[in-house]
Amino acid sequence: MLDVGRHPNIELMAYSDVERLEGEAGDFKVTVRRKARYVDEDKCTGCGACAEKCPTFVPDAFNMGLGERKAIYSWFAQGIPSTHTIDAENCRQLQGKKCGICKKTCEADAVNFEQEDRVLELHVGAIIVASGYEVFDPSPIPEYRYRDIPNVITALEFERLLSASGPTGGHLDRPSDLAAKAEIATLEKKAKKARKTLEKFEEKFGESSSEFFKRYEGEESEGDEDRKRWAEKYRDYLAVAEPLAALKEKAEGFTVAKKLAFIQCVGSRDLRFYPFCSGYCCMHSIKEAIIAYEHEPETRSVIFGMDIRAVGKGFEEYKIRGGNQAGISYVRGRVAEITEASDNNPMVTYEDTRERIVKSEEFDMVILATACAPSKGINELAEILGIELNEFGFFKTDESQPMDTTRPGIFTCGCAHSPMDIPESVAQASGAAARAAQILLESEMRKAS
Amino acid sequence: MAEKERGKKEASEETRIGVFICDCGSNIAGHLDCKAVTEYAAKLPDVVCAKENLYTCSEAGIAEIQKAIKEHKLNRVLVASCSPRTHQPLFQSSCAQAGMNPYLFEMANIRDQCSWVHMQEREEATEKAKDLVRMGVAKAAFLEPQKDIEASLIPRVLVIGGGVAGISAAESLAGMGLEVILVEKEDQLGGVLNQLHRLAPDGDGADERLSHLVDTVTSKSNVKIHTGSLVESVAGYIGNFEVAIRPKEGEALKEKVGCIVVAVGAVPLEPKGLYGYDGKTIITQAELEQQLKRGAFKANNVVMIQCVGARCPEREYCSRICCMTAVKNAMLIKEQNPEAQVHVLYRDMQMYGTKKERMLWDARGQGVRFDVYEVDQPPEVGGGVVKFEQPLIGEKREIPYDLVVLSTPLVAREEASMLSQLLRIPMDQNHFFMEAHAKLRPLDFATDGVFVCGSARYPATVEEARSQGLGVASRIATVLFKDKLVTSAIVAEINPETCVGCQGCMEMCPYGAIVYIREKNICEVNTILCKGCGCCAATCPSQSALLKGFKPQQLLAQIRAM
Repeated sequence: MLDVGRHPNIELMAYSDVERLEGEAGDFKVTVRRKARYVDEDKCTGCGACAEKCPTFVPDAFNMGLGERKAIYSWFAQGIPSTHTIDAENCRQLQGKKCGICKKTCEADAVNFEQEDRVLELHVGAIIVASGYEVFDPSPIPEYRYRDIPNVITALEFERLLSASGPTGGHLDRPSDLAAKAEIATLEKKAKKARKTLEKFEEKFGESSSEFFKRYEGEESEGDEDRKRWAEKYRDYLAVAEPLAALKEKAEGFTVAKKLAFIQCVGSRDLRFYPFCSGYCCMHSIKEAIIAYEHEPETRSVIFGMDIRAVGKGFEEYKIRGGNQAGISYVRGRVAEITEASDNNPMVTYEDTRERIVKSEEFDMVILATACAPSKGINELAEILGIELNEFGFFKTDESQPMDTTRPGIFTCGCAHSPMDIPESVAQASGAAARAAQILLESEMRKAS
Repeated sequence: MAEKERGKKEASEETRIGVFICDCGSNIAGHLDCKAVTEYAAKLPDVVCAKENLYTCSEAGIAEIQKAIKEHKLNRVLVASCSPRTHQPLFQSSCAQAGMNPYLFEMANIRDQCSWVHMQEREEATEKAKDLVRMGVAKAAFLEPQKDIEASLIPRVLVIGGGVAGISAAESLAGMGLEVILVEKEDQLGGVLNQLHRLAPDGDGADERLSHLVDTVTSKSNVKIHTGSLVESVAGYIGNFEVAIRPKEGEALKEKVGCIVVAVGAVPLEPKGLYGYDGKTIITQAELEQQLKRGAFKANNVVMIQCVGARCPEREYCSRICCMTAVKNAMLIKEQNPEAQVHVLYRDMQMYGTKKERMLWDARGQGVRFDVYEVDQPPEVGGGVVKFEQPLIGEKREIPYDLVVLSTPLVAREEASMLSQLLRIPMDQNHFFMEAHAKLRPLDFATDGVFVCGSARYPATVEEARSQGLGVASRIATVLFKDKLVTSAIVAEINPETCVGCQGCMEMCPYGAIVYIREKNICEVNTILCKGCGCCAATCPSQSALLKGFKPQQLLAQIRAM
């Protein structure tokens, strides 16, 4: 990424959309909308001081909503370019309220609330479409209850939990436990506030709230207005303190997730959603299970799949190593249902095809290997570029010319082409670059001769 | 510290070191006290500024280094962060952009070698990070400015192997205007494609595809094709290789090229001794493909067995293409004879991606039967039946056959070992060529100027081989479209005054970068071939071989600071 960002021949236009395309191979005119970031790219140094001071918290999409970011933000810390962006929907200033803290904080004077979209016209000879894919949202699969059961998560969410720079610092805290901890924090804040109010009464009347309340309850609402309010406040306090104490007691039992189930083909190889195989998910489940084991050697993982498609250089060897050395077992079959057992443990019901019985087993966490779906805007983009999609919803190409789309001069690679892993994407990207270079150089040579 | 004094005197200007301590988010700062390390660094000798960054490699971090070089007139920069393997080039070039000689940059690895290995020992990790920074600073003071090495580039490419990958690379390179020499061992181009009938997943004819490919490459005037020829010798280095091509008859041909592509492909394993293979009623997919192609196929009960000689202790890898080959041929059999029974016994059906998975659905729809067998209970072939344990119903089943087809993996060609030696490129345990980086540099070798594509790297489909062949073309374009070659100055040098010509270094050099000059009785380093590994410097009994940037004086300063 950094190499691209720093290359003298590459001009990066992040946060931009292609709006129109005219012309032909060797001579395209592309209209690009550079969306307003409300931050001047030339001035911003990416220092992040603005984000530190911004008072508005927003769920962090990069961390799959598991953490929070600010209304002025960069997508992730090493993002290229490091220019920050204001998310207009959540920015107080841009929503007409009083704020402007980021502007005051920015030493580079890069924040510009008046910035508007800019529309540019580019003149290019060839186009490479590498618009990637969308991770399938598993909520429509009723039997996996992704939205209902907090400890059923997607592989990408799990990836963020495993990441040292992720929302848990790499600890496999379960989402239900994280939610409980967040609830404890909120209740503690409330309890602290309530206690402060009580302290005022205690000071005034020289008696502890609990003693007062015991008496007050006994004497049935005896006393003046002040005492009435004190009792009321004490009741409010108890309403917070009691669940808080219960939650805290529960939280003492929280440990990191050690028993993991990985479910393959979630949305893939499934005629209800995507009929194709997403290719890379078997490997990322094995990888995630191995990393989890490396973090915590007591981790035991079960990977449920119809086939384990370890189809790449060194992949089968990696799969075997995961089984032998990282506490992974592989179970052939499709998980029928996930329910919730006690202690927020998801319970996985499946047919063990070796033993030929239906089993139910509790896990600390279930990780769904979700499909590689065509990206959401791919239809619009195909229309703008005048190129066709195939029956699977990816850009249409020919087997004999794998990176050429249906319009000369436009090439594609990576998961915009079809689901594939990193080495294949990198190889294809080089191939697409070669095709583009070839037509540019050939058209130059034609002009010259 | 007499040595240090001398070092300082040699430098014409005052040593001014800037130190940058990276938090790496929480990768470093989560496990040691970066602030304390920064404060400590600021007090070290010659250090004029020390800063902590959330990510020193981020744009903001780089900008900070560049700003400091100008503001503090830095002439040495030390970054304490991750591995120089991944990040030194970035930091070096950033320093150069700010006007500092890039060879005056030094790195201390306080992540991989400190925070990551001492996660539960915050105080000790902090102290160790201080040690590493102090050592780095001590070495930095003795660094010398260097100039990158430059060499010419010959804009011509040798492609070894005339299969899909090699042809695609050649065609694309020629299309970019480069001269290409394409060497094929056999008498005709095409490799394994010659033996195929139809291609998965769309059923295109292999012959049509091949003739199209061959037409395209032969129509290019700047491609010279040598069929029936072998590469006999290779000398030189990136930009300036000298190769000898030996035709079946006649004299070897000498050519000069700037880059070399290894596209020698792979061959299907002949399953001698497996499942009673006899080439008649028990054959391979490749042999079945021939029968189908010639119209000689006749069988009513076909059993295919997957993973024959693959995914086993001798050959652990999955060969990627055999499942789709089996499904493709099973469907062709069904197309020709819908009454035929076709059974596929498999371990995992590796029909990855969009169209291949659809083939699997379609094959099932056409009545091809798929049954799992477990690795510890392989099928048994004999007496006209294939017996196997059907784990789903827990019974032993018997399928009568008149033809058993064994799906065998693609294995590396025998010539691969020879090429590996000729070009000094590594192979993995399966004799497939090993790329520079499995994920990020799949088509490059660690040896500069040599590239790999197609099944020589790892089994690939026709489509994948083409993608990779084209990919190699652009990898080469990034080298040969430059005016000259610029490489790192961190190379060895041999002092001709003290060298006694013992040639101890020559034997140690893994890159063949040292030559013995008989007339002068000394050894010399070819600085383009030298990768700066330092084996020669460590071996030389007279300390005549030195590695720039790692001279004894520099390393001793680092060690003494410990």
